[in-house]
Amino acid sequence: MRPCAIEAMTPYLEQQFANPSGAHRMARKSRAAIDDAREIVAEALGFDPHGIVFTSGGTEADNLAVTGVTSATGTTALCPATEHHAVLHPVEAVGGRYVQVNAGGEVDFDHLAAQLAPDAGPPVGLVSVMLVNNESGVIADLEAVADVIGRHAPEALLHTDAVQGVNWVDIAAAAQPADLLSLSGHKFGGPKGVGVLAIRPGVTLSAQQLGGGQEADRRSGTHNTAGIAALGAALGELHETRSEDICRISELADRLADGLLTSIDGCTETVERSRRAAGICQLLIDGIETEALLVLLDRFDVMASAAASCASGAMEPSHVLAAMGVERHAAAGSLRLSLGWCTEPWEIERAIDAIPNCVEQLR
Amino acid sequence: MTPERHDATETSPERHGAVAGSRVLVAMSGGVDSSVAAALCLRAGHDVVGVTLKLWGGPQDQGCCAVSDVDDARRVCQQLGIDHFVFNYAAEFERDVVEPYVDAHRRGHTPNPCIACNRHVKFDVLLDRARRLGFDRLVTGHHVRISSLSGRRRLQRGADSAKDQSYVLYMLSEADLADLWFPVGDYRKHELRTLAAELGLRTAHKPESQDVCFITEAAGRERFLAERIDLHPAELVDAAGQRVGTAPAVELVTVGQRKGLDLGGAPQRRYAVDVDIAARRVTVGGASELSARGVRLVDHRWAVDPVEGEVLAQTSAHGPALPAHVDAEGQLRWAEPQRRVAAGQAVVFYKGDEVLGGATAAGHLT
Repeated sequence: MRPCAIEAMTPYLEQQFANPSGAHRMARKSRAAIDDAREIVAEALGFDPHGIVFTSGGTEADNLAVTGVTSATGTTALCPATEHHAVLHPVEAVGGRYVQVNAGGEVDFDHLAAQLAPDAGPPVGLVSVMLVNNESGVIADLEAVADVIGRHAPEALLHTDAVQGVNWVDIAAAAQPADLLSLSGHKFGGPKGVGVLAIRPGVTLSAQQLGGGQEADRRSGTHNTAGIAALGAALGELHETRSEDICRISELADRLADGLLTSIDGCTETVERSRRAAGICQLLIDGIETEALLVLLDRFDVMASAAASCASGAMEPSHVLAAMGVERHAAAGSLRLSLGWCTEPWEIERAIDAIPNCVEQLR
Repeated sequence: MTPERHDATETSPERHGAVAGSRVLVAMSGGVDSSVAAALCLRAGHDVVGVTLKLWGGPQDQGCCAVSDVDDARRVCQQLGIDHFVFNYAAEFERDVVEPYVDAHRRGHTPNPCIACNRHVKFDVLLDRARRLGFDRLVTGHHVRISSLSGRRRLQRGADSAKDQSYVLYMLSEADLADLWFPVGDYRKHELRTLAAELGLRTAHKPESQDVCFITEAAGRERFLAERIDLHPAELVDAAGQRVGTAPAVELVTVGQRKGLDLGGAPQRRYAVDVDIAARRVTVGGASELSARGVRLVDHRWAVDPVEGEVLAQTSAHGPALPAHVDAEGQLRWAEPQRRVAAGQAVVFYKGDEVLGGATAAGHLT
């Protein structure tokens, strides 16, 4: 976590532990921390503070967007087949449909248009497109997506899961076409267990978690004051440093990819570098299974990922690469290396040293 | 039959003579046996890593790859202070275990999916991966032992005869055994539970899994197969070809089966003695008609070289090992006539407690 986030949260774990919905002095202090965080978040995202709903994380925010909008409007939802499961599964649950992507992981706009057509099925009230894909790093062109929606189903709203994207693009500008946006605190140096759904004025959404009516009746449940304060502090700092971070991390990511491409035969990047976010480096390595590679890398303190894990902890074949048309046996050799705001050059050098040797051992 | 503890066995790492500090990968199902196997390796001073296999993605009661079993295996590893990984072999399991299981039923055979899993998953892809990852040994919680006489390794029955699992491991070659350890093979089950309890492992009193892990008790074998293949009613005929009853699905009838055959209340015990899938006909008969002089065998696997001569042969996981003769073609003739063995079942050859090899039944010899 960012030190500023830890510093921001501790007063609300130690002294100021009151429930912010209370009417007394200590409660008002807690409440002020939440309101401060709400303004920081709103400014960073380019949304109105009244539209900021704090949740338990990105998954809850995605679920609230998809289920909340479609249930309020009696519609269904669309999303690309490359979305995170936090969007895919709720879209499935509301009877929604998937939109194809091309080999580069970008939304197939013709297919999106066809799926928005009245004869494609039940009316679409929400299209959810991830700003930056968590596996491939592909950056979505939300402007173009909004344009297709505007031409084919102007009533439909655009939601973006910006859980990864917030780090790697000018979020307020990139998300400008979106009606709803999800964030997760732990992806930018905040704590786990806190997230945001940002909502534009006029969006109709029905609450999915009912109770005390917190968050303007859109998300009940006692506020996670410490988490919210920390999320606000982390996002505030990110907002200040993002441009510098992107430059620094881009160089490290390029160094990492170049180092591995040079020293491992049969190694390719899954998407063009110019199309992906700085912090995500996804490679396909011939002749190995990433599941085994990760065991070896672990010994060298290189902590990487294949695709997604299931409930058992087993690696599941990547649905993102499958949607991009990568064969299953090739996808078994996919390696995802994530860089973050705190990544240091020595870590990149260690990875460049360790990974080729481990690949060689497995081959 | 209770085998004597064999001085030359090397089931437990501490008795193997290997230098402490060997790197071992323990396949952990989340049960007590593999939990103790990991603990014994650790006690012997080895560098131990646990792995649980995700094998089946569908519904299951308890089996070896349910999430709760993975939780138990991981928790045991945490308690022992060792790393734990999960390997996803669901695709291999589907291709090499589930599909052949379904296909065998379609052909009227009675497959043993545990043997297929050992042969194609645990002691093939997992063993291969363990070697590639640089582990010196793959360890499992099977109740078997490895003997080493004159430098030759042989698979032996486990010390607890009621728990012996050598029948489902007959496919292991001498080369495989060089890379394997079975630390619990020297112990009786109650000793393992005591050991697990002493170590405070959460699996100490966990019930054993018994049935096919990918078939739930609620749905059963019939529904599992009905979702994958067409099941056809069978007519039951006697040796003379007279119709004597019906069975709901010819694909579910096993040679030797007595229950589930509607014979209209015939007083004497009658068994399925032959299954003709194409004709959807099951021949039934008394115990004498079920007996055969021998078993026609295919797909032999030998511990070292093919064996010819007198052996003890076992036709089910915990059935008796009976005297028989294997000829030069690997065909088996019983010393005394025995019940027919359903096609698809394994027949495993022993000399005393030592596994000589095994094969798959393809019919009977008269």
